[in-house]
Amino acid sequence: MAEFRLPKNSRVSTGRYFPAEGAKRVKKIKVYRWNPDDGDNPRTDTYEVDLDACGPMVLDALIKIKNEIDTTLTFRRSCREGICGSCAMNINGTNTLACTTSMSSLKGDEIAIYPLPHMEVIKDLVPDMTNFYAQYASIRPWIQTFSVPLPDQERLQTIEDREKLDGLYECILCACCSTSCPSYWWNGDKYLGPAILLQAYRWLADTRDENTGERLESLEDPYKLYRCHTIMNCTNTCPKGLNPGKAIAEIKKLIAQKHGL
Amino acid sequence: MSQPQTSSRPLSPHLQVYKPQITSTLSILHRLTGLWLAVAAAVLVLWLYGLAFDASLFQALTGFFSGLFGKVLLFSWVLAFNYHLCNGIRHLFWDAGKGFELPKVYRSGYLVLAASLILSVLVWLGSL
Repeated sequence: MAEFRLPKNSRVSTGRYFPAEGAKRVKKIKVYRWNPDDGDNPRTDTYEVDLDACGPMVLDALIKIKNEIDTTLTFRRSCREGICGSCAMNINGTNTLACTTSMSSLKGDEIAIYPLPHMEVIKDLVPDMTNFYAQYASIRPWIQTFSVPLPDQERLQTIEDREKLDGLYECILCACCSTSCPSYWWNGDKYLGPAILLQAYRWLADTRDENTGERLESLEDPYKLYRCHTIMNCTNTCPKGLNPGKAIAEIKKLIAQKHGL
Repeated sequence: MSQPQTSSRPLSPHLQVYKPQITSTLSILHRLTGLWLAVAAAVLVLWLYGLAFDASLFQALTGFFSGLFGKVLLFSWVLAFNYHLCNGIRHLFWDAGKGFELPKVYRSGYLVLAASLILSVLVWLGSL
């Protein structure tokens, strides 16, 4: 059932303020903080960042804060170029990657940063992704075949068949879309969510895969697929410009066609 | 698997921080108008029941809906009906796999809003 309010232990209070002495151009970075070791509720700390001594991206500001102001700040990051998906977080109300979001693209003098929404928090901006990855494993994200390949040849695709994977293979599983979806918030334990369903469609659309029937059968379930109500927050927020909403609609169409509709 | 589950872990903010946008707003409006129309259907049944079996109930309801508050309620149901109808058609296009590109999602959303408003005014003027 949908629970609209945050549980008691999750309500957020206002925390500390770190001014930047002598800085001319300042951005206030308000960050969600929660420490598993002190037993307190989450809070938001605000750090003033000197833009003249900081890189242009939101991730640059977070790294600067961790290096120079508060070493206890915890977040995931790796590639800093939008290909690993580690620094996915909620920035000014929408989910995106901190490394590909420039601070100058955000209006106002304050940037509010929260973890991906409606997830269990391990620490600060680090959510627990266990369920998300388990759901990914559940769709069997690898090629499944029954035919025996020719001994001297790989499984080939035409250029047209390969093009069917464009807009699908680019997904980096950052979970921005899934955690932007109200349906996933309320039913994330049973509904697979946009990211995993886009991946499911990636294997349905692959002409080399031969297990389409079983893949569709396992998705035909009141929760796994059909909790998608075409809200479209997913497509609206995808930092890679992909369209999970459309991929889900294509799965629904395939199942309808299977039933001769 | 890797992390031991501690019940003290907080849930990260969701509705509290997520920016309302045209996508989610129109979606929740579709649901709310659906609920509101269910109430309208119950009132309609009550009115028809009065028409058939209970003259005093019928007159009370008709009197109520000729008043200002009653008229505001009636118009809200007309608006809810037209929005639910137009957005329902939008959903039919989506079910056919059409109109998923983000600019189209925005355009069809605003079109639904405009169309339901215009239709409601037309219905209201036509029924006076």
